[in-house]
Amino acid sequence: MTQVLTANRLGDGQVVFLTADGNWSTAIGDSLVAADDAFAEELLALGQRAERECEVIGPYLIEVRQEAGTIEAVAIREAIRANGPTVAYGPA
Amino acid sequence: MYRYDEFDHRLVNERVAQFRRQVARRLDGELTEDQFKPLRLMNGLYLQLHAYMLRVNVPYGVLSTRQLRKLAMIARRYDRDYGHFTTRQNIQYNWVSLEDTPDILAALAEVEMTAMQSSGNCVRNITADQYAGRAADELEDPRVWCELIRQYSLLNPEFAYLPRKFKIAVTGSPNDRAAVAVHDIGLRMHHDDNGRAGFEVLVGGGQGRTPVIGRTIRDWIEPEHILSYIEAILRVYNLYGRRDNIYKARIKILVNALGIDKFRELVETEWAALRGGELTIPEEEIERIERYFAPPAWETLFDQGEAMRAQAAAEPEFGAWLEANTAAHKAPGYMIVNLSLKATGHEPGDLDADRMDRVADLADRFSLGELRVSHRQNLVFADVRQQDALELWRALRELGLATPNIGKLTDMIACPGLDYCALANARSIPVAQDISRHFTAVDKLHAIGDLTINISGCMNACGHHHVGNIGILGVDKQGQEFFQLTLGGASDQHAALGDRLGRALPQAEVPAAIERIVDCYLDLRAADETFLDTYRRVGIKPFKAAVYDDTAEVRRVA
Ligand code: SF4
Repeated sequence: MTQVLTANRLGDGQVVFLTADGNWSTAIGDSLVAADDAFAEELLALGQRAERECEVIGPYLIEVRQEAGTIEAVAIREAIRANGPTVAYGPA
Repeated sequence: MYRYDEFDHRLVNERVAQFRRQVARRLDGELTEDQFKPLRLMNGLYLQLHAYMLRVNVPYGVLSTRQLRKLAMIARRYDRDYGHFTTRQNIQYNWVSLEDTPDILAALAEVEMTAMQSSGNCVRNITADQYAGRAADELEDPRVWCELIRQYSLLNPEFAYLPRKFKIAVTGSPNDRAAVAVHDIGLRMHHDDNGRAGFEVLVGGGQGRTPVIGRTIRDWIEPEHILSYIEAILRVYNLYGRRDNIYKARIKILVNALGIDKFRELVETEWAALRGGELTIPEEEIERIERYFAPPAWETLFDQGEAMRAQAAAEPEFGAWLEANTAAHKAPGYMIVNLSLKATGHEPGDLDADRMDRVADLADRFSLGELRVSHRQNLVFADVRQQDALELWRALRELGLATPNIGKLTDMIACPGLDYCALANARSIPVAQDISRHFTAVDKLHAIGDLTINISGCMNACGHHHVGNIGILGVDKQGQEFFQLTLGGASDQHAALGDRLGRALPQAEVPAAIERIVDCYLDLRAADETFLDTYRRVGIKPFKAAVYDDTAEVRRVA
């Protein structure tokens, strides 16, 4: 199962993804992808450390699909979480 | 409306200062998320699917224009230029940051608003008829009692940790617009033979995964005893309500488990000890609160019905709006006007910051500087002079807030669903948008008549689907979104839970299914019957056939 690590940033609550340089990005496409469970566990451990350091909250792994250089969340819920609401909002 | 006194101001400001310190300690790492979460929830701050969400109380749905302008400012400065009005008559901001929240709460405090108890296992915002104090059919103004209950339940230490959240609603009209029968406690005001007011108390109603219509625990109680009686109910619940299982913790489960008679016995025993004690509301206190809600100085006006009918004849669009979006006011020459937040394809209940400001301007000009939020996610101007109707309609139409659909099929309740909510199974808003785009013909909407569609994105039922004439519930079937339809629900004085129609449908099939249901009703209805009347007369069978049985004769209307 191919996975990436996601969380919410503590200060502003934004959805973020762990990147290869150990930072957090709001774009799922920037994610560091774990191709196997062992690596995914390592990502999770990094996320938990970031949580203790008050960078993010609630880190967890999600399953992704990689196609033509893009990264897409598999579950609808995670896709909406990564890409934002599917409906327009705010001023027309 | 009610205005804070010195004590209220101090309490709210202290609370903001306290939360500011708590946020700082969280950001510094002094508090863990586990420690902090209950503190932020006590101040209305959730973490939703995308970000933090702040739920701000609008006590019993009443807003001054000063407050609405502040809500607009908050939307603009701290959120993404809009807010979402909810079925608890509250407003939610979907994109606030934790760092900004203390400043937002301080801004709210300036206009006597808070987010306290908008979350957590406590008494939540007390809701009421959005026409309170103004409706022609009203016996008593429920806001007086809502305010007394609000003050009594705010930060009441005994009830800060109830087994689960607790919702109270009050109606002062025999036509229940506040859905009191699906509340933990529902209060209906009546008059006795001498014209004196009293309460009928319903208990154990609720929605969620175990929907229950509340039952009358007492059919009469004098107003001065209402707080002690509520306290007796809360005490019994606090003591016996389940805390081991979140799904069995609401009072409805306790009432069901004990039976209403046993539950009543416990409450009455408790009340016997409380009755006449310090919770008895002194007459001066009732009068003091009543003064805040005293009717404004209405002008002496004459009914403009004839003039408005003439205007309607000249301008049919205005006529359609007049018919659907206005209601009878108790003062001659005045009317109640609903602002529809359900324009075609719009997200139900959303309003952007600029239009909040424009609405505030209009309320200042046309409705004595005040407005209401309805639990059906619309806004209300409660004091409009009939002679201003046409001008107000034109102004509202320009803002896209005059869709003539209040109480009609496209006036849907929809919860945020999977587009925003971390608990959702499916999206609600796109379903509402699809239906709304499917039924755009005003003539047809008006021919269908009163019909409520309520949509929830999961069985928590924030979108009140159980009590929609047509209910739509989002379910997850192996990772796909499906929608379960129910028919026959109602939340008024004849409240009922909807019956399941059949297998769940994919989103794309929902509008057509609604159309088949509606056409089936139009075929079967007897003169003057509403959808609900027909449904109650003929039962679910013909509707089942219309939706699922392809051999059934289905009349399609182009
Ligand atoms: S009904 Fe479910 S999906 Fe809708 S707002 Fe409530 S919890 Fe969220």
